[in-house]
Amino acid sequence: MAGLWVGTAALVAAGRRGRWPPQQLMLSSVLRTLKHVPHYSRQHLMVSRNLGSVGYDPNEKTFDKILIANRGEIACRVIKTCKKMGIKTVAIHSDVDASSVHVKMADEAVCVGPAPTSKSYLNVDAIMEAIKKTRAQAVHPGYGFLSENKEFARCLAAEDVIFIGPDTHAIQAMGDKIESKLLAKKAEVNTIPGFDGVVKDAEEAVRIAREIGYPVMIKASAGGGGKGMRIAWDDEETRDGFRLSSQEAASSFGDDRLLIEKFIDNPRHIEIQVLGDKHGNALWLNERECSIQRRNQKVVEEAPSIFLDAETRRAMGEQAVALARAVKYSSAGTVEFLVDSKKNFYFLEMNTRLQVTTTMHTKKVTTSGALIVGSVTVPSPKQRQHTGRGWQMSPKQRQHAGRGTSPAPVLSDCTEPKAEADDFPVTQLLILKVLGIIRFNLTCADLYFKDCASFPLNFQDPYKSFGLPSIGRLSQYQEPLHLPGVRVDSGIQPGSDISIYYDPMISKLITYGCDRTEALERMADALDNYVIRGVTHNIALLREVIINSRFVKGDISTKFLSDVYPDGFKGHMLTKSEKNQLLAIASSLFVAFQLRAQHFQENSRMPIIKPDIANWELSIKLHDKVHTVVASNSGSAFLVEVDGSKLNVTSTWNLALPLLSVSVDGTQRTVQCLSREAGGNMSIQFLGTVYKVNILTKLAAELNKFMLEKVTEDTSSVLRSPMPGVVVAVSVKPGDTVAEGQEICVIEAMKMQNSMTAGKTGTVKSVHCQAGDTVGEGDLLVELE
Amino acid sequence: MAAALRVAAAGARLGVLASGLRAATRGLCSQATSVNERIENKRRNALLGGGQRRIDAQHKRGKLTARERISLLLDPGSFVESDMFVEHRCADFGMAADKNKFPGDSVVTGRGRINGRLVYIFSQIQVSAMLPWLVSDSWIQAIHLPWPPKVLRLQDFTVFGGSLSGAHAQKICKIMDQAITVGAPVIGLNDSGGARIQEGVESLAGYADIFLRNVTASGVIPQISLIMGPCAGGAVYSPALTDFTFMVKDTSYLFITGPDVVKSVTNEDVTQEELGGAKTHTTMSGVAHRAFENDVDALCNLRDFFNYLPLSNQDSAPVRECHDPSDRLVPELDTIVPLESTKAYNMVDIIHSVVDEREFFEIMPNYAKNIIVGFARMNGRTVGIVGNQPKVASGCLDINSSVKGARFVRFCDAFNIPLITFVDVPGFLPGTAQEYGGIIRHGAKLLYAFAEATVPKVTVITRKAYGGAYDVMSSKHLCGDTNYAWPTAEIAVMGAKGAVEIIFKGHENVEAAQAEYIEKFANPFPAAVRGFVDDIIQPSSTRARICCDLDVLASKKVQRPWRKHANIPL
Repeated sequence: MAGLWVGTAALVAAGRRGRWPPQQLMLSSVLRTLKHVPHYSRQHLMVSRNLGSVGYDPNEKTFDKILIANRGEIACRVIKTCKKMGIKTVAIHSDVDASSVHVKMADEAVCVGPAPTSKSYLNVDAIMEAIKKTRAQAVHPGYGFLSENKEFARCLAAEDVIFIGPDTHAIQAMGDKIESKLLAKKAEVNTIPGFDGVVKDAEEAVRIAREIGYPVMIKASAGGGGKGMRIAWDDEETRDGFRLSSQEAASSFGDDRLLIEKFIDNPRHIEIQVLGDKHGNALWLNERECSIQRRNQKVVEEAPSIFLDAETRRAMGEQAVALARAVKYSSAGTVEFLVDSKKNFYFLEMNTRLQVTTTMHTKKVTTSGALIVGSVTVPSPKQRQHTGRGWQMSPKQRQHAGRGTSPAPVLSDCTEPKAEADDFPVTQLLILKVLGIIRFNLTCADLYFKDCASFPLNFQDPYKSFGLPSIGRLSQYQEPLHLPGVRVDSGIQPGSDISIYYDPMISKLITYGCDRTEALERMADALDNYVIRGVTHNIALLREVIINSRFVKGDISTKFLSDVYPDGFKGHMLTKSEKNQLLAIASSLFVAFQLRAQHFQENSRMPIIKPDIANWELSIKLHDKVHTVVASNSGSAFLVEVDGSKLNVTSTWNLALPLLSVSVDGTQRTVQCLSREAGGNMSIQFLGTVYKVNILTKLAAELNKFMLEKVTEDTSSVLRSPMPGVVVAVSVKPGDTVAEGQEICVIEAMKMQNSMTAGKTGTVKSVHCQAGDTVGEGDLLVELE
Repeated sequence: MAAALRVAAAGARLGVLASGLRAATRGLCSQATSVNERIENKRRNALLGGGQRRIDAQHKRGKLTARERISLLLDPGSFVESDMFVEHRCADFGMAADKNKFPGDSVVTGRGRINGRLVYIFSQIQVSAMLPWLVSDSWIQAIHLPWPPKVLRLQDFTVFGGSLSGAHAQKICKIMDQAITVGAPVIGLNDSGGARIQEGVESLAGYADIFLRNVTASGVIPQISLIMGPCAGGAVYSPALTDFTFMVKDTSYLFITGPDVVKSVTNEDVTQEELGGAKTHTTMSGVAHRAFENDVDALCNLRDFFNYLPLSNQDSAPVRECHDPSDRLVPELDTIVPLESTKAYNMVDIIHSVVDEREFFEIMPNYAKNIIVGFARMNGRTVGIVGNQPKVASGCLDINSSVKGARFVRFCDAFNIPLITFVDVPGFLPGTAQEYGGIIRHGAKLLYAFAEATVPKVTVITRKAYGGAYDVMSSKHLCGDTNYAWPTAEIAVMGAKGAVEIIFKGHENVEAAQAEYIEKFANPFPAAVRGFVDDIIQPSSTRARICCDLDVLASKKVQRPWRKHANIPL
């Protein structure tokens, strides 16, 4: 995470803004001060509202034009900030992204190649060409893609273009997991036991794994974000893991070196944000709890962690700072730790880039007593100036830091977060703000649309083993920005295409509140009010996680998802009263549709004689169980009797809106009717999960009993692609005998390789794909006898 | 409470009857019974159709009886049966025996309402009966209270396999005549074994009588056929003459001759399903317009579909209550057309975003998929949508898509349903297969249909509109009322590459020539400066513009010169 720090936000007491004369104080002295404060903690760093700062001085010299070598949400955030600062922006895009949001927002856009990332967003030559063509003075790499690519940084340096981010040596040192581990050891940072060299082949991997002791983690030396990372519990898994990880690493990072280390069982994943300058100063901010993960990709993040105590926090912070100093780190970055149940912590890796979640740290405190959060991680072009000149932390910070004991602002209210993304970067304020949050025990739950299973993805169908990527066109999309305490960072709009080539993250949904409970309640609300149609997503899973009792208590680890959902996520389990609510809402909706179907403009030649039905006797099938419902209405109020219990349902019954706010016996629920067929099938999103119900009138239900069951395909003998992607390898041919669980082919989608295995032992009857084929979801791959 | 008691009583009565059907039939013959009793007995007998055993057999096949179907299709209590006492008149082969006579013969006819709107119906009887426990209020009312007044027709397969007798045909003709007189649609639920061989030519005459009614009613009232069982031989032509033919998957078949005859004549081995199943007719032959999962699903969908249709050609397109604002902007349309003109996109996405509440009832969704046709609503009013589908064969027009489009356009024109056309067409499909198949003749049908249509016509060119296909697709020149182009529109004789190869044959600098052509023609301006499109609009405003235009065009009147009838190139 290091990246630019960009962003920041600032804000503060508007009334006091500008009160401080522009003194040029040396920042380093601030830091020095800090260093000398023995109980260096956030309290000390807390700055008061006096800090007037805004993050940036409009008179300060900035770049005229920068190029953003990224796409999606981060590119949008960067462009927004640049716009505010009056900097021209150049977007790059692949041909499939030509009409995406970041391209529209930027002043200029250059197509750098076809869809595959290796030919576009990772195509250094084309990007260099674009830089020359547009005469951009600097490049902001965002996260992912080229953000930690030292070659790219070198190319830029050769052309005298500024790379907005840390120095090359730091990227190199920290980007390489092997080197970073060595460095960390040297800086006396706790590290995980493991093999510090490059593993040559699968057999060596097995040998090393045995030495360290299972379980072990195999990961790509150049990797990040969970790609090329696998856990192995025995020799066989080690061999498989080695092969898959090295292929993945080669295709994702162009570097197939792997390393192996002890896998810490049941750990928490907590990371510390650090900031460094060119003068050897470094600070740590507070932590983010990112334990809820899937395949090492974060699903939910939260700050502050409710697990850490002040002592551990400080110890982690100090080690993080030690590491940053050791690599002469001069930007924003994140140091990731694994923390075990005894609060022992181990250095995992350091991200020398902006992170997806940096959001959480850049909270702002306003003195109006108002609030708080949010802000941006935008790459400050200004930083580049600083970087170029030997950037230092701002003088104001130092001042404030010096007055570290000034009273903290009182938080009394939470403001709308919408504007936050437009705030400007002021690094030091970040710190203060973060501290403020801790101090006031503000909590943010930062949820990604990331899923947990095989992919770190967002457009996923969480029911397929926690989520394989889903692609498609966002036919409807509406962010829950009308709710208080909600912020959404996204790079998509209604109509955007989600392609198989890129990270399927839809957005980051952030809520905050005066305490954890409020933040979580708002999150649940925000998820209910989020309209995403056309692609499957993981809202159901996210909503389950945040109401899970273990999560609410704070009893989490990186294995949370597999512990809580050992058989895969199956959606929300309805309680009896929730089920009745759902059935009551569904039947009211059904009747509302039926009644509406009789409402014609009455100018017809022949009178319409509406059937007079006082009581609608319905039969609703949910999860293969049939419920009897009797509904009657007067106006917009329905009285529904579900399996004998009576409920009152009221709503506006506007059947065109994607969100329907319904009150059931006084309980407010927001539901979404996703689809409705004349044959009685209806999909309703209720409490995050989509429920399929079949509603028929009593007569139709009686007659429906005579309908024949349609024969369904025996799925064990056919292998279908569970997701859209590209076939990387096919390991069988017709006539081969395969064992259950044996790999049949590998499909790459969204940059992750997935091994498809045989569902039963048998002989291969036919193979319908070959390496290089693009396959869609549900396409037949291989048939067994 | 009273109603419940009545149902219970009726159930009990009929229950007794069901078990003792044979005894009851014998009782019928007895002269001792009074007229009132005879009336009652005949009615009950009619309700039971072919008897319990046959009802069970029908259910076992996953099919409902004729009366069960009616009860699902119509509003509860709205069915008014006619001709329940009609019996066949055949005396040969022992058919005159009482045991071979059933009141109502092999079809249930009458009228009723769907969402309050009048419809006539016939349901052929493979099995006409209702199980006693299913005989609800509505049936009791239908028997005892000849009100409210309505009409329908169904064929019933339990009685003589639903075969068509003279009496059977006469019943159907009667309600069709009434439907034409009154101006209300006819729905036929077909489940018939074909002609009743015992009746010989009378049965054939019956078919012809129905065909004649079908033709007379064509363009006057909407006619819908739902094929719910076998339908072979002459029987198939009645559905073919109606406006829409729907089928039920796995249980319905349509063919001129069954697999046995096919085997003996052409030596082809083919199953019923392959020869004339729902899949065959909805994907290959284009005979059926849509298929549904089962009887219940089909009837529910038919109710839904019926709501789109006007009752007759004297009525304007129905306007249903609408919650979707007519001026809703649709921002997602601004990015839907890919920048590369060779890249496909899904026209159905555009249709869904433009119409009310994303509701689109597609007709023939699996046949000639390069053209999309179907019904939707704009600000509550039914419209017919025609669109080229760039995802399939680049959206070009070929024989099948032209015929599919033409038939739909003519239906809309006949019944005052405004047409909205979304154009992205690279031209007619070239090749020997198409030429030998008569693409000229068939392509002309679509051209003819659009030119002939006098209903409001709004056209939106989303991307390509090349060559003759541009003219065909409801262009300004064919009296389109409002023709819009999106900024991505390219209206030209052909694509840049082909054009340059012709214009600059042998020219050295082909690339420059191509660029010039694109500059000049691959945009909406050449058409806009000539007034061939009325406006170049932002895609996001498409819905608002169309809704507004349709309000204005509602009063459109076109006078055509007198003629007996037009001569479409068939």
